[in-house]
Amino acid sequence: MSKTVISLLIENESGATSRIVGLFSQRGYNIESLTVAATQDPSLSRMTLVTSGEPRVIEQIMKQLNKLIDVLKVLELTAGDYIEQEMSLVKVACIGSKRDEVCRLVDIFNGKIIDATPKIYTVRIFGDGNKLDAFVKQLEQACEIVEVVRSGVIGISRGERSLRA
Amino acid sequence: MEMLSGAEMVIRSLQDQGVSRIYGYPGGSVLDIYDALFQQSSIEHVLVRHEQAAVHMADGYSRATGEVGTVLVTSGPGATNCITGIATAYMDSIPMVLISGQVPTTMIGEDAFQETDMIGVSRPIVKHSFLCKRAQDLPEIIKKAYYIASTGRPGPVVVDIPKDVMNPAITFPYEYPESVSLRSYNPTQQGHKKQIRKALKTLIEAKRPIIYAGGGAVWNDTPQLLKKFATHIGCPVTNTLMGLGVFPGTDEQCVGMLGMHGTLEANKSMHFSDVIFAIGVRFDDRTTNNLEKYCPNSTIIHIDIDPTSISKTVNADIPIVGYAHNVLIAMLEMIEDENLQNDKEAIAQWWKQINEWRDKKCLSYETNENSLKPQQVVQAMYKATNGDAYVCSDVGQHQMFAALYYPFDKPGRWINSGGLGTMGFGLPAAMGVQMEFPDSTVVCITGDGSIQMNIQELSTCLQYDLPVKIIILNNHSLGMVKQWQDMVYKGRHSHSYWDSVPDFVKLAEAYGHVGIKVEKPAELEGALERCFSLKDRLVVMDISVDELEHVYPMLIKFGAMNEMYLSKTERT
Repeated sequence: MSKTVISLLIENESGATSRIVGLFSQRGYNIESLTVAATQDPSLSRMTLVTSGEPRVIEQIMKQLNKLIDVLKVLELTAGDYIEQEMSLVKVACIGSKRDEVCRLVDIFNGKIIDATPKIYTVRIFGDGNKLDAFVKQLEQACEIVEVVRSGVIGISRGERSLRA
Repeated sequence: MEMLSGAEMVIRSLQDQGVSRIYGYPGGSVLDIYDALFQQSSIEHVLVRHEQAAVHMADGYSRATGEVGTVLVTSGPGATNCITGIATAYMDSIPMVLISGQVPTTMIGEDAFQETDMIGVSRPIVKHSFLCKRAQDLPEIIKKAYYIASTGRPGPVVVDIPKDVMNPAITFPYEYPESVSLRSYNPTQQGHKKQIRKALKTLIEAKRPIIYAGGGAVWNDTPQLLKKFATHIGCPVTNTLMGLGVFPGTDEQCVGMLGMHGTLEANKSMHFSDVIFAIGVRFDDRTTNNLEKYCPNSTIIHIDIDPTSISKTVNADIPIVGYAHNVLIAMLEMIEDENLQNDKEAIAQWWKQINEWRDKKCLSYETNENSLKPQQVVQAMYKATNGDAYVCSDVGQHQMFAALYYPFDKPGRWINSGGLGTMGFGLPAAMGVQMEFPDSTVVCITGDGSIQMNIQELSTCLQYDLPVKIIILNNHSLGMVKQWQDMVYKGRHSHSYWDSVPDFVKLAEAYGHVGIKVEKPAELEGALERCFSLKDRLVVMDISVDELEHVYPMLIKFGAMNEMYLSKTERT
């Protein structure tokens, strides 16, 4: 059961996303994260989907996605070299000396404090999933976490390999 | 350019698409289309009594002709009543376009009267669907709908049209596109040449090959090509429930249907084969039994137009994606060009083995003077129709008896809900076929359970003069359920008996048709003769059959393909 990141190019039409999400629920596949937005060509959307399963299941997922009429291209990013990025916004409650500690952690993880009130810091951080997990774990020990928002993974293949209409 | 309203565009687009008949039921949100329909004469509309029947009629028409069936219904309950019909067509890959009305765009999402999110409700059971929000888009969407429904792996397409889009007061320039192309939809048509060569080589070298052909081999001229190919190889051919008639059932090379209720010779031939040539099948659970014990020594070659069908349940050693007829044409060309011959000696040995299984006569059954056996009725029906009827079946024991005891020599003659197993399918499907072939004999074989699921259509049959012959194998119970309860639940017949069964003869008469009751074996032949001699009348044959009969052979649960019950007391 390994993590699989799939990149899709789909028609930017109402219902296209629901067909993809519906496919996963009706066939019993799981979605760990999903991001979607229009591309530079407004008639197309780019989706990054993270799932997991045995190789046989992943093969079926790829075929089933390809079969959907609204799907133009499907690429299994994890089958080759790829880059993934995720963003997280974390709101923490900290006062006094805790504030310094949070600042230090943010610095170590290459994040940025993008909002501050006397009792609250809001931090933005980029990275892959592991890094974001580690950051939150460290923060938990340093202060009280109020809320965490994660964007879900976006990914792109390295080098020549690409996903174009 | 011609100016038309949305409603007129729907009708004109259908005309330009070449549609001559649609099946439907009017209602509030499609009144504008019905008004446009009223003012033209080239499209005939068939008014059913329940929307589900309209879908099954279109489906039956499609299965018998290979054309796309068309359905028109209103929003809300009109649309949801179609769901079982759409799911039936989807499971069996039947091309269909269903147009449903929708509440006006301004009211969508407000829980308006007769509002249902049809796109959402039908999403898992359609090949594709469109919500048309602008009248200008209607011609292109309708063209796309027919294109998608009929190409690649066929399937149902829903076009949902809000009422305001059809407003007769607003017109737009109309032009029906000559063709459409979708950048995201290009089914692979030709098989991969190298794979085809590899598959053919494997087949030529096989000592115990078998051809396993299904519903995907019904289309185009695949059956003729298959016959030619099978004759050259000289191997046994088994058809799935969906593929009956793809290869002639009376041909010496045909070992009958395979699967849960397949013949001994078909299932054993599969199990002991060294190469399986699967054409347009999907290795579904009713044909494989336990996947872990499935055909242990077979190399599997699988042609299918749909890549998702390949290696879904059973791993294909040599997959070929493409239209079956294209692949067979390529194979036949290679055979001819290179004069490829297989080992006839090995094939003869293989037949020797198969004939030993055949000699067990797995379809034999005992008759008596007092009660009719369902198998006996099907065989008498075969005789009375010279084996040349369109047989539309419902779902249950009668379906299996018909599949096993009525050999089909032509494709498109056996029409049944194989994938979804929809009770209530038979009568409306038969109506769709009868309407298209008014001079042919069309039989609906059914049970006392199934027929009651769409019996209201007897009224439609009278209105359109559809002389369908309805053969009810009446066992006063849900036979297949009861059989499983006998075999798996120690005979506890939980809710598989009726406390009342209607008088089907009187019922037929009430609807203006002929009813004939048969209770004794001696009456059967004469009654069937009378039934089929009434060429222009619908006849309901209420035939009492042995209530205790089971369908055999039957694969043993969790077993391999060669493990079967052959009767209540014997097994392999």
